Amino acid sequence: MPNYRIHKTEYIDETKRVSFKYDGKTYFGYEGDTLASALLANGIHLVGRSFKYHRPRGIVSCGAEEPNAICQIGSKKDLTEPNVRATELELYEGLEASSQNCWPNVKFDIGGINNFISPLIPAGFYYKTFMWPKSFWKKVYEPLIRLSAGLGKSPTEPDPDIYDHKYVHYDVLVIGGGVSGIIAAKMAAKNNLKTLLVDDKKILGGSTIYQNNESIKIDDKLSSEWLKNEIQEIKKLSNLTIKTRTSIAAYHGYNFLLAKENLTDHLPEEKKKNKIRQRLWKIRAKKVVIATGSIERPLVFNNNDRPGILLSNSINKYLDYYGVTCGENIILFTNNDSAYETSISLHKKGIKNIIVDLRKSASSELIKQAESLGIKIYFNHVVTNTFGYRKINSLEIMRLSEDGNTTVGNKIRLSCDCLGMSGGWTPMVHMHTQSGGKLDFRDEDQVFLPKENSEDQISVGSCNGDFDLENIIDKTVNKINKFLDIDNQDYQDTNIICSKEYDKRNIWLLPNKIPLGKTKCFIDFQNDSTAKDIKLALKEGFRSIEHVKRYTTTGMATDQGKLSNMHALGIIADTAGVKMGTLGTTTFRPPFTPLTFGTLVGRNVGKFFEVVRKTSMHEWHVENNAEFENVGQWKRPWYYPKNGENMYDAVQRESKAARDSAGILDASTLGKIDIQGSDASEFLNRIYTNAWSKLAIGKCRYGLMLNEDGMVYDDGVTTRISENHYLMTTTTGGAANVLSKLEDYLQTEWPELDVYLTSVTDHYSTASICGPNSKKILNKLFPNLDLNDENFPHMSFKEDKIENINCRIMRISFTGELSYEINIESKYGHSLWKMCIEAGKEFNLTPYGTETMHLLRAEKGFIIVGQDTDGTMTPSDLQMDWIVSKKKYDFIGKRSLYRSDTMREDRKQLVGLLTDDPKEILEEGAQIVSNVKSKPIDMLGHVTSSYFSPNLNKSIALAVVRSGKTMKGQKLIIPMENKNINVTVSDTIFLDKENKRLNA
Amino acid sequence: MFLINCPFCGERDQSEFSSGGEAHIVRPKQPTELSDDEWAEYLFMRKNIKGIQFERWNHVHGCRKWFNVVRNTSNDKILSVYKMGEKPPVNYK
Repeated sequence: MPNYRIHKTEYIDETKRVSFKYDGKTYFGYEGDTLASALLANGIHLVGRSFKYHRPRGIVSCGAEEPNAICQIGSKKDLTEPNVRATELELYEGLEASSQNCWPNVKFDIGGINNFISPLIPAGFYYKTFMWPKSFWKKVYEPLIRLSAGLGKSPTEPDPDIYDHKYVHYDVLVIGGGVSGIIAAKMAAKNNLKTLLVDDKKILGGSTIYQNNESIKIDDKLSSEWLKNEIQEIKKLSNLTIKTRTSIAAYHGYNFLLAKENLTDHLPEEKKKNKIRQRLWKIRAKKVVIATGSIERPLVFNNNDRPGILLSNSINKYLDYYGVTCGENIILFTNNDSAYETSISLHKKGIKNIIVDLRKSASSELIKQAESLGIKIYFNHVVTNTFGYRKINSLEIMRLSEDGNTTVGNKIRLSCDCLGMSGGWTPMVHMHTQSGGKLDFRDEDQVFLPKENSEDQISVGSCNGDFDLENIIDKTVNKINKFLDIDNQDYQDTNIICSKEYDKRNIWLLPNKIPLGKTKCFIDFQNDSTAKDIKLALKEGFRSIEHVKRYTTTGMATDQGKLSNMHALGIIADTAGVKMGTLGTTTFRPPFTPLTFGTLVGRNVGKFFEVVRKTSMHEWHVENNAEFENVGQWKRPWYYPKNGENMYDAVQRESKAARDSAGILDASTLGKIDIQGSDASEFLNRIYTNAWSKLAIGKCRYGLMLNEDGMVYDDGVTTRISENHYLMTTTTGGAANVLSKLEDYLQTEWPELDVYLTSVTDHYSTASICGPNSKKILNKLFPNLDLNDENFPHMSFKEDKIENINCRIMRISFTGELSYEINIESKYGHSLWKMCIEAGKEFNLTPYGTETMHLLRAEKGFIIVGQDTDGTMTPSDLQMDWIVSKKKYDFIGKRSLYRSDTMREDRKQLVGLLTDDPKEILEEGAQIVSNVKSKPIDMLGHVTSSYFSPNLNKSIALAVVRSGKTMKGQKLIIPMENKNINVTVSDTIFLDKENKRLNA
Repeated sequence: MFLINCPFCGERDQSEFSSGGEAHIVRPKQPTELSDDEWAEYLFMRKNIKGIQFERWNHVHGCRKWFNVVRNTSNDKILSVYKMGEKPPVNYK
């Protein structure tokens, strides 16, 4: 097996050999490697196939910007992760990785045929081609495309890993641990500011940490040596927290940032167990220093995507950090000085290399150094083509014309096994723009820079466009002193020697004799978009960068165009003949690198996924086999199936029992608001549509609450407990909103009212007993209580004790039966419930759930707000004019009841429906029409509630129908998929119109 | 995510608050005297300003108090907070 690890470095521990599997085959690397560096050490460049043309692709970079080396980690159904960048993944014993953009395998890929038919696959190809017939997309095209383009596989079973969230507050957050970040963090922490420094890598130091060129020195030391000292220094600072392997995912307003910390991804399987895998940090920082650095740009020329073609600086890092050379015969293609550092470093380690420089000439110290080492340099030359299928084996260069627009002279063919590209540097302005910052364009070197720094955020170092080391340090120190309002002198006398120069010859699309249509000049490697595609999009009329991006999919892959966006912009600007700065950029959206769902969700999985509210009787319901229904966050018993009953049968039985003898409902979830104060009656007058002043103490009244727009908002029974004390009940789902609304009016519109509101929903549990035998059961529970109709009539309230515990008993009814609601402090709710059940045994007291409750109330035509209403129903629409006071001067929503629209007679109004076939049960939500012949069919309304009533032995329904009030007796049609159901409009009250049962 | 300085509790995360729309819209004292148009003006019409806006917020998961906020909607900076019933700061127009 070839070995490309050619020298020792302090970052690779050669005493710790690590075995790993890639595409099923076992390889070895060392502790300190990334998957990418270990693969390169084994001579592997080819790591995947491109998305559209299935061209062989190799490792391009050494960091987060990697477009090609994305892989699937692990193979277990619950523990596999797609789209992991091999350049970021630290190697560990037992790692299993596989390439993902290929099928059946990376060396022989069936989709490779696309490469040869690529003239037929232009920009927008998928949009244009797979359009017809429409039904084919889902069934034929998409599955086939997906199979061959293998975009990685998501796990199919729940993630067993543990994730965590943590909130932290800091005075200063520094993002990025390169030279400028380290200086900023040190200055802040030494000035007694609580500081957090985060860096996505395993160790601090950025790209300076492996710098070893003698011509770049700080205080007479190699810059890397100097920086290591600085790192030792800052580690001693007590108020500085350093988080490595931590990347900022999102930068929101008010300096609120999300960071992902990798805790176990670099550990072998057995060490991962029972540990938190990743932690999401939610950071609030008073001030943020962005020092995220820059990434190298590729160059855009024909066939610039072959395996073995990398960014020049990445070749340098693999060599000096990991000890791995990317080839033995390397060519560096550049438009600036950076590639010379790589070249000299390679030369020192005995790796033969040649430089092809776009510039006509250059004369910095660095270049002189290269020349003196005898490194061959082709100035004013351009790479025009590359060769080699699975790996580059040679390339052609040509001389550039004077203006750089064309090539001249003869082709020169050079053999090589690796090509480094350096197109200059792109400042990482993601954080700045995510936080809302604007950008400026600098023409000299064609970069976007942060436009302004606010008082609580600053960009320093190369992410601010300062590339020169001297510039980086001086500017960072000055800016941080000003930004933090401190006077730090630590770097006053720092002596910096940097022989690099930053001039470059920027050409976005390099010239070529071959017509563009026949070239493959890749811009976005991961999404396979080329210079040709961008030009085609412009030709087809796309102008906005955001549109070109979406049409060509440039920058839309998992790497979000970190390497490609600038070139796309540059080519658009050149083609359209406009200045690049005027185009703007596409939006930089979070996250900077992909996040796992696990990290975002943290501990809120399984039973912690959502808050669950249970009543104090809940355990009894569980023991008695209740099926539950979610109402808001509440778990409410839905029905209690017996002996394998289905819901229909259970509900029929429960409903019958409640009317024939007795039923009991857990009504604890209804919202309860305690209202006290000398103006409580006046407050209720203004809140409800009916009058409250004259309600006697100890009496209950039903109230309807409107929104200011006149639409029904909530309803419930309110009891006057004493002169200035009421207890209001609301719907289960509306409780919180009603309280909020009441507080709003009290605090902002009527602050003069002496009223205090307290939510007591959770404080009291409620058992509601109904049915003809309910009075007998109550008598057993409260033997001293006078239940006589005269002394305790319908809609009244009494207090009594059960085993010395206070109970509030309301005689109110939502079923139309004689009915009592017993309220008790919640801690006694469970006992009360059991006592009720015990007392009711001889009367077949049947527990019933929400479904039976809905059925029973529908028989009586009582509405459920939110089911029979939808925010567009007035009291009049519900045929409830009786509850709207004519005498009251004002209440919430009153004025709106006299708007022309609310007074329309053809509004949808609540009616009853009876099916001609009494066995036919309508579907809730079904549309209602008057005829099905004339098209388009006029929709009159829809069914809101529908049940089979066991007590009436027929199907009943409530519905809202246009002008329904006037349609009693009229025939209507419910058109269903297979048939039309004939119905007759009826009264909304189906049972006991005379209210005899209430007083039975 | 805003950091809101509740006038009763101090700085808290936005997730504790709910927004209540435009501030200083007073409910008419005599709604029945109003024409449909005048009532509609109160009921439906709200400003949607790019720039400095006066709005109501409720510390719903805190002290439950309503209060006013002056916010620049173009950069989301909260410029001032003040209690219900207090006059809006004059330096913002």
